[in-house]
Amino acid sequence: MEFSENLPIYIQIMNLIKGKMVSGEISGGDKLPSVRELSKELKVNPNTIQRAYQELEREELVFTQRGMGTFATEDINTIKTLKKTMATELVDRFFIDMGKLGFSSDEVKSLILDWIQREERE
Amino acid sequence: MKNIVEIKDLTKKYFNKVALNSISLNIEQGKVVGILGPNGSGKTTLIKILTGLLRQTSGDVIIDGQSIGVYTKSVVSYLPDRNFLYKWMRIDDAMKLYKDFYSDFDEKKFNELLDFMKLEKNMKIDALSKGMHEKLNLSLVLARNAKLYILDEPIAGVDPVARDQILDAIINNYNEKSSMLITTHLVRDMESILDEVVFLKEGSIVLTGNAEALREERGKQIDDIYKEVFGE
Repeated sequence: MEFSENLPIYIQIMNLIKGKMVSGEISGGDKLPSVRELSKELKVNPNTIQRAYQELEREELVFTQRGMGTFATEDINTIKTLKKTMATELVDRFFIDMGKLGFSSDEVKSLILDWIQREERE
Repeated sequence: MKNIVEIKDLTKKYFNKVALNSISLNIEQGKVVGILGPNGSGKTTLIKILTGLLRQTSGDVIIDGQSIGVYTKSVVSYLPDRNFLYKWMRIDDAMKLYKDFYSDFDEKKFNELLDFMKLEKNMKIDALSKGMHEKLNLSLVLARNAKLYILDEPIAGVDPVARDQILDAIINNYNEKSSMLITTHLVRDMESILDEVVFLKEGSIVLTGNAEALREERGKQIDDIYKEVFGE
């Protein structure tokens, strides 16, 4: 994985895991890879992975069972909220970027409608 | 957390040229520290002092509670930035040399590392490519159960596949009991394995800190900060 965004690596790893939880690639109650495994996989210092897991735990997205490992939350509402938050962030960014290109909200709206119509035809 | 390395007001002069200018630095147990700087910034001088190959002009250097000497040499495992094995040797001979020299050399660990690097014991040193050399040297160095590993430019000049194997070997052999000090100017490739970074410029520390804290504070990756610090 390339860590190119201008964010601390632990946050980029948190976002990666959050994305997998929202898309369903990681389901509620699934065991996450151990710190060592993920460290090897992503080629990242184990202390950084540890930090990412701690922060995810603080956000109550994962929980740790002593001697067993780290697991994704089973609380469906937490995942729903996360999904909403991530979607809102994407939409915000989209509108900001479109604004920079000089599009008004109405123009963006018609672009989106066009896109949906095209999708439906295909 | 216990410090493995404590450096205080360390200065090294070659006649009237100052190579290290009053640097102070602590390395905690379990940390991977990157010494970043261009050629001629003093990285190798610092390493040579830590390994006892050079004596400082002034200042204190303590490793695992002791001044540089026989004890510290026995707990420091050093990867030089050039080849240090005889050409007539086979990998097997190199291993025996290490076994004789270092009581903390772990043969089992070495065999695992060789396997991982896809090297064979009967290979001749002479016939190894640059990447294979680097992988063998690193295997020897990591197979010791040392307190401090010093890796001088471990990925310089190797191809991307060998580079990944070397990074994997470094990560796999990380342990909380010992520390690693890695010099590099290939920051992009190395930065995700570093806990702390130290920017060395013309013999002085110009910036140091936790890598994640620096990324957070400056909104940039360490590679970009490096370009800022050293770019004119």
